[in-house]
Amino acid sequence: MSNPPSTPAIKFEEVSRHFGEIKAVDQVNLEVNDGEFFAMLGPSGSGKTTCLRMIAGFDKPTSGSIYLYGQDVSNLPPYDRNVNTVFQDYALFPHMTVGENVAYGLMIKKVAKAEQTKRVDEMLELVQLKGFASRKPSQLSGGQRQRVALARALINHPKVLLLDEPLGALDLKLRQQMQVELKAIQKRVGITFIFVTHDQEEAITMSDRIAVFSQGKIEQVGSPAEIYERPASAFVAGFVGTSNLVSGEIAKRITGSEKTFSIRPEKIHLTTTSPSADMVSLDGVVRDVVYLGLYTRYLVEIEDGVDLVVIEQNLKTTSMDVLSAKGQKVKLSWHKDHISYLEA
Amino acid sequence: MLVVYLGSLFSLLINSFYYIDDFSGLIIREFTLRTYAQIFTPANREIFTRTATMAFFVTIASAVISFPLAYYIAKYASRRLKTWLLIGVTIPLWSSYLVRVYSWKLILAQEGILSYFINLFGLSGFLKWLLSFEGIGGSSLALSPLGMFIVFVYIWLPYMIIPVQTALERVPNSLVEASSDLGAKPLQTFRTVILPMAFPGVIAGSIFTFSLTLGDFIIPLAIGNSKFFIGQAVYSYQGTAGNIPLAAAMTIGPVAIMIVYLLIARKLGAFDAL
Repeated sequence: MSNPPSTPAIKFEEVSRHFGEIKAVDQVNLEVNDGEFFAMLGPSGSGKTTCLRMIAGFDKPTSGSIYLYGQDVSNLPPYDRNVNTVFQDYALFPHMTVGENVAYGLMIKKVAKAEQTKRVDEMLELVQLKGFASRKPSQLSGGQRQRVALARALINHPKVLLLDEPLGALDLKLRQQMQVELKAIQKRVGITFIFVTHDQEEAITMSDRIAVFSQGKIEQVGSPAEIYERPASAFVAGFVGTSNLVSGEIAKRITGSEKTFSIRPEKIHLTTTSPSADMVSLDGVVRDVVYLGLYTRYLVEIEDGVDLVVIEQNLKTTSMDVLSAKGQKVKLSWHKDHISYLEA
Repeated sequence: MLVVYLGSLFSLLINSFYYIDDFSGLIIREFTLRTYAQIFTPANREIFTRTATMAFFVTIASAVISFPLAYYIAKYASRRLKTWLLIGVTIPLWSSYLVRVYSWKLILAQEGILSYFINLFGLSGFLKWLLSFEGIGGSSLALSPLGMFIVFVYIWLPYMIIPVQTALERVPNSLVEASSDLGAKPLQTFRTVILPMAFPGVIAGSIFTFSLTLGDFIIPLAIGNSKFFIGQAVYSYQGTAGNIPLAAAMTIGPVAIMIVYLLIARKLGAFDAL
């Protein structure tokens, strides 16, 4: 995994896309490996969607090159690249049936009718919509349309499948179900999937690797675990989950260095016992308590104006217990390994 | 509102079933189909055929001319340009219809500005050749069915451009992108996605251009030869001839034609995407 043997599925070389004065994508370098489930994560306007659109061919880079399995596709129109897209609004053709929608790519390639029908049936079975071929898209639910869009793209056996906020329009339950299903489908078909999302949980759940975008640049690329446990920048630490950032004098007192570090709230424990040598220990005062059922979130002041967020699971405590902690002095501790230094 | 609207139509329908006494010229108020039978006399049949044929070609020409313009307005023009273009399309509707028709009479006249330019480009031979055809020709454009056709297309064009533009506006760009993403070249996308989705707009526009041409009597009066169109016939029957029942029956004619037209349009799936 760490050392990809083959040509990357997608390679960005110093790719920029400017819209007038705005640098939507700014000198991005990126490699997506063959067969990977890859997420482009970032807030809106961070350039992730523009990157996806440039891979699809809807947008062309202002400068730099994009390679699809080694072939420079930077200036090829969408219909000349073997890449397919699942659109955010699904973009199903309303005047065609589900079957005609799925068969569209084959129809354009003038594949024989019998072959078309066979492959449409296979695809609809893959996305669990067997028997829906004669319906119109308007007769389907959001989740079903999503599946049709997926089938319509996959039937062409693209080298890379692009998904633009594929689950954005679905409700939470359906979204979680589709996350699992998408992952399963990707395993079955073995195609490289690249998807764009602003939902960090979704990115962590589904992807093999994540690229975190901010202001047209990639902040960090890594596995979900790396991104979460070793955020490279303050932006990543803040965008992917919540994090405590500690810097300056206090950082020096804790770690011996002024370098900014991040520590995740769930890694900090409220204790009464003296910690062992490989643990960091701090005194603080509980400023606020939020009881959230499964866990409780504490805001602990460790110095004037410096608060740390701490999350503790309510394994043995009740709401009464935790809420009474407000205003009390506590001891905080965490394992030294859980500290992650930021690069900048 | 509804009473006034449907009431007048109903009274029209009732009148079409009366007949006029040939001798006294009085309207006899009793139910009969004999007035309708008069529509099918060769002279009246010819009027219907002539008018419907004109309406058909005016509609086709309006659709063909409108589409590229509507497409440009809907998909390419910037927001500012779009506003200006839409104003440009509708400006003619702000001015008097009569004035516009009579200006065209002057434009198309033998010594008019159009012939001037045609001569300038050395195309007068071509024009003469066109005007020599029986059925569309005449002594000048202003006095020919061809000239009438040009004026009809000009006058009704906005009624086609606006619905087509609205329909194209409603085709999301993502559909065009999706088609291209699935391998379709621009022309294929146009044929398989854009055209079918804009078709209801074309049908909506054609309802205007077709029915307005069927019923108009000013343009055939001002432009073209002396051959009657339905509107003129209705006008003269209810006016000078005082034959209200026949005028009513001849008005029901276009209504019937439009109903058949809409049924065919529905069969063709024009309203499926609505």
